[in-house]
Amino acid sequence: MAKLDRAALRRYRDEMEKKYGAGSGSRVRIVVGMGTCGIAAGAREAWEEIKRSVEEFGIQSEVDLTKTGCMGLCQVEPTVEIAVPGMPTVIYSKVTAEVAKRLVRKHIIEKTMVDGHILDRPAIDIVAAGKSARGA
Amino acid sequence: MMAEKQYLLVCGGEGCQSWKAEELFLALHHEAEAQGAKNDVQIIRTGCFGFCEKGPIVKALPSETFYAGAKTEDAKEIISEQVVARREVKRLLYKKETRLAETVRLPEGGAYNKQFRIVLRNCGVIDPENIDEYIAREGYAALEKVLFDMKPEEVVAELKASGLRGRGGAGFPTGMKWDFTRVAPGDVKYVICNADEGDPGAYMDRATIEGDPHSVVEAMAICGYTVGAKKGYVYIRAEYPLAIERLKIAIRQAEERGLLGKDILGSGVDFDLEIRLGAGAFVCGEETALMRSLEGNRGMPVPKPPFPATSGLWKKPTVINNVETFANVPMVILRGGKWFASIGTEKSTGTKVFALTGKINNSGLVEVPMGTTLREIIFDIGGGIRGGRKFKGVQTGGPSGGIITAKDLDSPISYESLTALGSMMGSGGMIVMDEDDCVVDVSKFYMEFCVDESCGKCAPCRIGTNQMHSILERITKGNGEMGDLAKLEKIGQAMTKASLCMLGGSAANPTLSTIRHFREEYEEHIQGHKCRSGSCTALVTYTILADKCIGCGLCARRCPVQCIAGEKKAPHVIDAAKCIKCGECYKCCKFGAVAKA
Repeated sequence: MAKLDRAALRRYRDEMEKKYGAGSGSRVRIVVGMGTCGIAAGAREAWEEIKRSVEEFGIQSEVDLTKTGCMGLCQVEPTVEIAVPGMPTVIYSKVTAEVAKRLVRKHIIEKTMVDGHILDRPAIDIVAAGKSARGA
Repeated sequence: MMAEKQYLLVCGGEGCQSWKAEELFLALHHEAEAQGAKNDVQIIRTGCFGFCEKGPIVKALPSETFYAGAKTEDAKEIISEQVVARREVKRLLYKKETRLAETVRLPEGGAYNKQFRIVLRNCGVIDPENIDEYIAREGYAALEKVLFDMKPEEVVAELKASGLRGRGGAGFPTGMKWDFTRVAPGDVKYVICNADEGDPGAYMDRATIEGDPHSVVEAMAICGYTVGAKKGYVYIRAEYPLAIERLKIAIRQAEERGLLGKDILGSGVDFDLEIRLGAGAFVCGEETALMRSLEGNRGMPVPKPPFPATSGLWKKPTVINNVETFANVPMVILRGGKWFASIGTEKSTGTKVFALTGKINNSGLVEVPMGTTLREIIFDIGGGIRGGRKFKGVQTGGPSGGIITAKDLDSPISYESLTALGSMMGSGGMIVMDEDDCVVDVSKFYMEFCVDESCGKCAPCRIGTNQMHSILERITKGNGEMGDLAKLEKIGQAMTKASLCMLGGSAANPTLSTIRHFREEYEEHIQGHKCRSGSCTALVTYTILADKCIGCGLCARRCPVQCIAGEKKAPHVIDAAKCIKCGECYKCCKFGAVAKA
């Protein structure tokens, strides 16, 4: 990729904000916590199961599956965040392969949240809050 | 048009169960049905929210309304107002406690969360291997601002205004450190990131690099521009393979986009970043030892002064900061020093990340404003002690820190307050202990760590740690003498005064602080040959109480050395000579017939 100068970085950031920002688009976003703690607790197995289930339902084209680092909730890893358009974004904890399968079927296909695994986000997002404060 | 579906999240954590959360959960279901709102709302149980003393907790989505202490009889109103009428039930809203408001100043929007994340702002949010996601969240905006709109002295002024202090534990003002290096004569200068995280139980820096490597890369480039360095090193231990991998990817992606390397963003400024792996020696977290190791020499500290700011890596002016310190910098630049200084206490501004581990319900990483109390961290965020046991103490600052006991739980956390309590901020390890932990055993553990990790260069540390360890060892074996405590204190004080670096200078802290707070437990070990928690196995004996034993034989089957014998349905006996004191019999007996003394 070409090296950016100041103006190009700004344009690039605007583009990326649209692509990754909150409420972006109509796609389902699944984010698996894959820090050392998550991986140790079985995040890779959860990832594989989510991938398999998504393919089973044939919804690969509507779903983005990505990873992230440690959210800080090490006790209840693996954690998986799911954003389905039209539903509040939630974080699921202790996502074993079995739970992962259920998340895809219930939360994504049937659009009902799964009992017993949701956790609260530990803190407000200062980046997003900063943006709205500046009216961006 | 169909109204947006509502969700009620009812806490299903252990703490809330004692607040009858399950009854509330059922009552909400019942009311939703009765009021014909069943299809407008989904009511689900969740994991622990923290705030366990205010239970039960109910959170409504998508409005993010947070209720605390709702009773079963409130279910009707929650459904009719929150779900049907879409109005808050004001009287049940969680109210921020004044205790927090007095000590901690938070910017607008602090909401109910006790955590406030600056360092971990992107951890668990972005894909750390994708620079685009970082850029989408104000990534490299601070570097851009600094390169084009700020002079180096303005960057320093912003940092000074922020009050940011070194998060490695010593708490030196970052703005001053950068300024010393900036004004130091010399055309070759260096920036080093100290990612040699070594405290037992601490993993804040690992998580930061694993979750958001670009925040460190960006901050180091800002630092390079500010002090006039063209080269930076991240010194990270080889035991962190995932962090290293993600950092490598981050550096490569930044180089590809012209955010590192020659002529960054067309500004004419050059800055290169390299990773250097450490072999995991604790002493290499000490800055002078780290730099010797980076130069290819054996990692041993050298006396200061001269300080790294004037004569550091290869005797050139060098800024060396911890991961967490760097990760704060982009936000200080973007939001301003004044904003940063508005968080936390007056002298300790901003936040601190802690790795909360030990006998705690919600172990994990927490980032809280300075000035938050230990009680809030341990009981509100951490959810209290596991298994409902009693809190005994919390070790902060790892092998260099000390233990803080229940009476000081309400002290607000700051560099000064922790030092005043005989511990220290340290890098942020926080190990919670309950009544089953023995303070002598814990002190011995830390001292053993220091014996292993002492580099051996200076006598006070090399000999002192060994001496203290052998005394602690004999106390835990039941061979302690009454003069031992005085000896420990004397050796400890000598080490504190005479050691070359802080490894030796602080190695006695865990022992000295536990002697101060728990002298009677040391005396019990020495005089009574007793360990009340049963951790010091040499001092424990297990016996079977004949009047309670029904002869079920479970303990005999569990015993790994077959030292329990007895007829069926008759009291069993432990052969004390063969017993290895593993405690299995004590744990498995369902009749309380095994006594530990």
